[in-house]
Amino acid sequence: MIIELGHFALILAFCLTLPQMFFGFAGAALRRERWMAVTTRAVAGQFVFTALSFGCLAYAFFKNDFSVLYVAQNSNSELPTFYRFAAVWGAHEGSLLLWMLVLSAWTLAVSALSNNMPRVVTSRVLAVMGVISAGFALFILMTSSPFERLWPAAVDGRDLNPLLQDPALAIHPPMLYIGYVGFSVPFAFAVAAMLEGKRDAVWARWVLPWTTLAWLFLTLGIALGSWWAYYELGWGGWWFWDSVENASFMPWLIGTALIHSLAATEKRGVFKSWTLLLSITAFALALLGTFLVRSGVIESVHAFASDPGRGLFILIFLTLCVGAALGLYAWRAPLFKSNAGFAVVSRESFLLLNNVLLVAATGLILLGTLYPLFLDALKLGKISVGPPYFAVAFLIPMLPMVLLLAPGMHANWKKAAFGRKARLLAVLAVVAVVGGVGLYWMTFGLHSVLASAGVAAALWVGLSALIEPVQRLRKGHSLSASVLGMAVAHFGLAVFILGATTVESYKVETDLSLAPGQTAQHAGYQFTMNGLRNVAGPNYDAVESEVTISRDGKTVAVLHPQKRTYRVQTSPMTEAGIDVRWDRDLFVAMGEPLGNGAWSLRLQYKPLIRFIWLGALLIALGGVIAVSDRRYRQRATARVGDAVPGVPGTPGHSAAVAKTAGVS
Amino acid sequence: MWRFLIPAGLFVALLAFFFASLDRDKETLPSPLIGKPAPTFELPALGDPARKVASSQFAGKPYVLNVWGTWCVGCRQEHEVLLEIARRTQVPIVGLNWKDDSAAAQRWLQELGNPYSVVAADEEGRAAIDWGVYGAPETFLVDARGTVIFKHIAPMTLEVWERDFVPLLAKAGVQP
Repeated sequence: MIIELGHFALILAFCLTLPQMFFGFAGAALRRERWMAVTTRAVAGQFVFTALSFGCLAYAFFKNDFSVLYVAQNSNSELPTFYRFAAVWGAHEGSLLLWMLVLSAWTLAVSALSNNMPRVVTSRVLAVMGVISAGFALFILMTSSPFERLWPAAVDGRDLNPLLQDPALAIHPPMLYIGYVGFSVPFAFAVAAMLEGKRDAVWARWVLPWTTLAWLFLTLGIALGSWWAYYELGWGGWWFWDSVENASFMPWLIGTALIHSLAATEKRGVFKSWTLLLSITAFALALLGTFLVRSGVIESVHAFASDPGRGLFILIFLTLCVGAALGLYAWRAPLFKSNAGFAVVSRESFLLLNNVLLVAATGLILLGTLYPLFLDALKLGKISVGPPYFAVAFLIPMLPMVLLLAPGMHANWKKAAFGRKARLLAVLAVVAVVGGVGLYWMTFGLHSVLASAGVAAALWVGLSALIEPVQRLRKGHSLSASVLGMAVAHFGLAVFILGATTVESYKVETDLSLAPGQTAQHAGYQFTMNGLRNVAGPNYDAVESEVTISRDGKTVAVLHPQKRTYRVQTSPMTEAGIDVRWDRDLFVAMGEPLGNGAWSLRLQYKPLIRFIWLGALLIALGGVIAVSDRRYRQRATARVGDAVPGVPGTPGHSAAVAKTAGVS
Repeated sequence: MWRFLIPAGLFVALLAFFFASLDRDKETLPSPLIGKPAPTFELPALGDPARKVASSQFAGKPYVLNVWGTWCVGCRQEHEVLLEIARRTQVPIVGLNWKDDSAAAQRWLQELGNPYSVVAADEEGRAAIDWGVYGAPETFLVDARGTVIFKHIAPMTLEVWERDFVPLLAKAGVQP
């Protein structure tokens, strides 16, 4: 009964998107306050019913209701309770329902937190988000319902994909989806602005916090995925340029570009149409990612549910949504002229370069991801594009970007006069180059071009990110959350660069065979296998080995890597043993049994690998700090001065902008 | 202002490729077995280990080989369809009960009905490896000369039966 209730709730949620769309668009066009008020209510109702629907599915998992096909396919009575909940989004149908839930939560948030915006704008934004909700609700109901019954009921379920039975991966999809789906907010704002035909001067200020929020969740989601791949896939790598990883990375890059371009639009009123285009592109890439993952047009380890019929639906939806937005853009973008000029050397120019380079990087990744598809479609044969292409293609635009980042952060708007900062930057450049060449020569005694470039880049970006906060604090000036957030995020980037280049240059990996009692030397450590034993988990059996790692006769760590076999799906999984220290990881993963108690083991020494995820966390933290900036909330009071409430572009608005802009 | 049309143009070009690539047939994964002689096997019959089911018994006439197990949800889903196919065709359906508990498998056939003319119990999964099975359910079509002529992955449907199996049988001159 409960599952039918869930199905019905989802149908109701879909029905509520209809008034959400109609009254949103029509109310805004005809300026009818009461129509627009209906939209707000529809949004709340849509959220309630979507949440109810999701709750019903979760309840079926919790109760082990194997008469539900989706539960029988993705759960098992031996599955621990926590994973029974995570199994809700363990496959295609449930993850779409999660998509939908996240989308309705974003819509509700926009609706609840938008009292500093004119009603007309909010209304249109909610209506556009209603179109997306309607599309996804239909997608679930028509092609991918998780509410199908299985009759007669299965005795027990087929269990959750063992790859997904892991805490990091259980929360990885929700994080990623919050990010992906969050880009629907700037998309909706862009469409709303284009429908209006002109844009409030404060438009960028409304969009910036939403974009930052979506982007920081995407950052966390990608970082979690990378961390999971590192310890769970048993290869010890942290990024594979897999097409599904690329699908999440491309919206992140465009989102990063969007945040920077929005900053310029907010402060200086430049790049207006460009910002609109980026807003559309970020969400288009998020939808494209969904299409690539769900349709199976690209083979990937992640494509566990591929179905051409579903692919067709998403593709048509993508065509309608993005096609309409781009058509609107072609028609209306000429109206959005930038009214401010800037000098060749100015912060605007640096931000423009930042955008060009980020978009170029995205384009190269998109090309690499889709290239096999193009060739196949043109009947030129099947090929696969691997990490060597991506590593090079990504580095080419990123090198100048990192180089320009430091002066860009310190350039003035409109026309840059570096003044005393020029000398400071020159000193930093010398420090960075000397540090890059010298530091690793001292610590590792080895030389690597990549590592030197990495340290130099990290010092260059990291130290220059600290200049502004340090100077302001020393002079007793106040430090706005935006400036601090920017500094933290850029510092995080430096930490990431340091970690990524160090681990790629100085990692030591080996595969060898060890039997109980044997010892191997690796990267200055002794790895001794003490013995093997069988372990029974709740829904798997495992062979566990005990490996003692020592250095100069002192025990450093005792690790227990496992090779698990999950009982129901009978697939082997590697559970690596990792000794973590801030400056290095020691990694032991079990390969295959070689007979007579000997196993093939993968031993790895990974210097500074933690810095990769620490950097990503700092980048996300920078986003959190920036979103908390007071000026995003100040507008609520500034709006009191509006000449005509609810009508954008009135003198009251621009006055408020001038005031707040002057303050910051 | 033609330049504002550039993004839309690029998007349309991209879409054309996507629609083209969706048309590629994904269901008929090429099996290296197709066109090759069917792997031979000799296994105990389900529920009667003394009796053997051997591939040599089917020589000279076409047969369908269906890989299934009681642990497999997709197999339960296709079971009704198999019963219907068994009613429609003269061609024997041979069951390969893969890595399964013999008692559970017999109970399943008693409760749900038995579409198979004979069921071989492949408890260790040796025969399944020879047939290149990587997940249940999978269904093979073998012609009278003992050549594998078709392989379907995922639950059988009547649509697949009519579209893929029946024409192949007709071409081989067999009354489907």
